[in-house]
Amino acid sequence: MDFTIDFTKEQIESIEDVLQEELIDLGVQSVILMDLAGNVIVNLDNGGTSHDVYSLAALAAGNYGAVSAMANIIGEQEFSLLFHKGEEESIHFSKVVEDLLLLTIFNKDVSLGFLRLKVTEAIKRIQMLI
Amino acid sequence: MALINPKKREVQVKIVYYGPGRGGKTTNLEFINRKFKKRILNEMVTVKTYGDRTLFFDFLPFDIGEIKGHSIKIQLYTVPGQVKYNATRRLVLRGVDGIVFVADSMDLRREMNIRSLQNLKENLESFNKNIFNIPLVMQYNKRDLSEEGIPILSEDALQKDLNSRLNAPYFPASAIRGDNVAATMKKIIALTVSSLRKKLE
Repeated sequence: MDFTIDFTKEQIESIEDVLQEELIDLGVQSVILMDLAGNVIVNLDNGGTSHDVYSLAALAAGNYGAVSAMANIIGEQEFSLLFHKGEEESIHFSKVVEDLLLLTIFNKDVSLGFLRLKVTEAIKRIQMLI
Repeated sequence: MALINPKKREVQVKIVYYGPGRGGKTTNLEFINRKFKKRILNEMVTVKTYGDRTLFFDFLPFDIGEIKGHSIKIQLYTVPGQVKYNATRRLVLRGVDGIVFVADSMDLRREMNIRSLQNLKENLESFNKNIFNIPLVMQYNKRDLSEEGIPILSEDALQKDLNSRLNAPYFPASAIRGDNVAATMKKIIALTVSSLRKKLE
């Protein structure tokens, strides 16, 4: 079992289109599609941020793994959705398929409910592409 | 397995420094971070616990240029060495491409080295990986301690304990002084990247 999926250039471009339409156009600051090894597969932003996406992905993979281990302790398979709320910026994590996570960074201008809806839409479309 | 992004023509390679607690894994990365500062665009990330021990991992990304038209991003990780953090160690090993095993040369740590190597083997197996097939470099750290009169294991003894079957390239080193830290890193990068070359053609 290997944990990295191979993507073609066309797949990456189609995923970028989905993320742009569903999330960046909604007002999200940046999105990262990553694997659980901490690799960045796709990252897009609205041009207004300069986050260190590689470090973010490494930490997010660790964080997701740690939270999944917590889930196991209480008898859950996993927590497929995580949300960290900040004063200005927040991070939303959602599982796409086994081993792939979608990280969304957004500010107060975007409502969490709407974001969750759009993340679900985006994930459905990405699942069809991989 | 490394992640290849055909659109950006970029490869992300994950190298993990493994070994017993207080063996010098973080010190290796700190030295690399200082020595290669110009090439490292991002800050080293470290998740530490009270008392300055690695809780989760250290993470240091940097670029080594291009191979076959792909830019290579090396991502160095350490694992927490303490026995109790095995779940975290396994997480960090997920998707690993190459490993540096940092052994502690102190006489007293002989058993810990052997156990940590065994633990590495088992954790790799949980991801269906075989320690004999993955790029691996041994580093026998803390050679400088002999000058302070602290008993250390000979290189032969360490080879016999840890490397007699693996036959991995090895380096005597002092991470705190920086001796052979860069050499260890260059060797593991060379081994890992050469195993990727075919895939990039």
